Amino acid sequence: MESAYLIETVIKIVVILLVFSALAGIGTYFERKILAFMQRRLGPSIVGPYGLLQVAADGIKLFTKEDIIPAGVVGRIFKIAPVITAATAFMAAAAIPFLPQFTIFGYTVHPIVADINVGILYILGVMAVGLYGPLLGGMASANKYSLISAARAAAVFISYEVVTGLAILAPIMMVGSLSLIDFNEYQAGGIGNWIVWSQPVAFILFWIAAFAETGRTPFHLIANDHEIIDGFGTEYSGMRWGLFFIGEYANMFFISFVIPLLFLGGFGDGSFLGALGLLAKVAFFFFFFLWTRAAWPDVRPDQLMWLCWKVLMPVAVINVVITGLVMMF
Amino acid sequence: MFEAVAFYLFAFLTIAMFYIVVTTKQALYALTALAAGMIFISAFFFILGAEFLGAIQIIVYTGAVMALYAFGMMFFDTTRDVKEAQGNKFIITGLATLAAVLVVLIVSAPIISENITAYYPALPEVGNTQEVGMVLFTKYLVPFEVAAVMLLVAMIAGIVLAGKKMDLSITLMNDAEIHDMKIDQKLDQHKKVLS
Repeated sequence: MESAYLIETVIKIVVILLVFSALAGIGTYFERKILAFMQRRLGPSIVGPYGLLQVAADGIKLFTKEDIIPAGVVGRIFKIAPVITAATAFMAAAAIPFLPQFTIFGYTVHPIVADINVGILYILGVMAVGLYGPLLGGMASANKYSLISAARAAAVFISYEVVTGLAILAPIMMVGSLSLIDFNEYQAGGIGNWIVWSQPVAFILFWIAAFAETGRTPFHLIANDHEIIDGFGTEYSGMRWGLFFIGEYANMFFISFVIPLLFLGGFGDGSFLGALGLLAKVAFFFFFFLWTRAAWPDVRPDQLMWLCWKVLMPVAVINVVITGLVMMF
Repeated sequence: MFEAVAFYLFAFLTIAMFYIVVTTKQALYALTALAAGMIFISAFFFILGAEFLGAIQIIVYTGAVMALYAFGMMFFDTTRDVKEAQGNKFIITGLATLAAVLVVLIVSAPIISENITAYYPALPEVGNTQEVGMVLFTKYLVPFEVAAVMLLVAMIAGIVLAGKKMDLSITLMNDAEIHDMKIDQKLDQHKKVLS
């Protein structure tokens, strides 16, 4: 029993690592194609059919590039920062139920590495640790643009962590559990039972905060290309820079799993159709990340702080209070 | 078996991290080691089955140490070593002695702890989160509320300290207004020097 469990867990970890590392690469292809489509360009089209092998070409380029450690940086911190971003993104995946349980060759598989009772807290906490990557990379780089980017990473982290926490507090009060499996079961009855209908405000707030936590476009201040070059990534080259990239894309995929699981019914009753539904929702949320990047400009850092502390946080607090009152009476 | 391996691994890592915190001269090393040590401590909560406290440990201390990074960014050039003033030798000796006594106490603590029973033993059928909530809002309600009031006081004090000229927004002013503001400030300084 013990060894079977151990082998199963190791296999699950390896599968998640491989699938999402590959998806992070393919995600860049999707991003370039979709952005090109929306901006009336072609996007990658030379390497392979429809430019599909561009991902492989980029991968080979990143792996074979020289790994430059500039003079004047704090060497060890500089080297470990990209690893933190990538590693924490995959660590957060440990508590996400990717699919409903299924039986293969008479053996029941639960597609979740560790079903701990505090799944949501764990995922959000570990994803937040991921912001240490940009912070440390920026501070260790001995570069002014990188330092600005690190300061912004700290500011975004400290403020949007509050919004995320307060936004999901109201659904947690309703479900009475912190496990994503319990969240899924609570909404298993069909579309009418989805939490988004009773908690639309929390849903929107969490969605907005997800953009800040992953550093995607309306809040893409941490590495704003037209303002502070590449922010924390300015001094990085080769695969260390690639690790930041993999971490960012893996985070986007994982948060795209978390939003439907929390608010939109997850995989429903666990049937094959439900599993397909979850994947469709994930695809939509991932697409939405790219859509906003094509459609919206970036906000200024002070606007970001204004939005967080003067709009989102009060709304989230009011939402929690109202939910409490409704549940009480 | 896994528990023992995990315990010794994380015990070693935690102590190593905090050792780096107190010995290094590089502010960035110290802060990063502090963050890592705080996160490794959460492993002990997970091993003991207190997963709620473990997750909270990660969330609270990543945020807290992140604020320390912000201070480090403001006060030091974090890419250079900090020159430390050599302190009083007696303090160092005293602290070392105290630490040695503490180690002896910690090692001998299990002998005493065999006679101690928990007031609120962990129930296997109730979730960890619910238990923490129960104790927090019954037995420890007053300390909990007092802590909340203290945090509120600290927050108001912080706002008052940092809130001067908060109605001004440099981003919304045009260049001429900013120039006027700077000249006003200089005039004020001159008045203070003269008076």
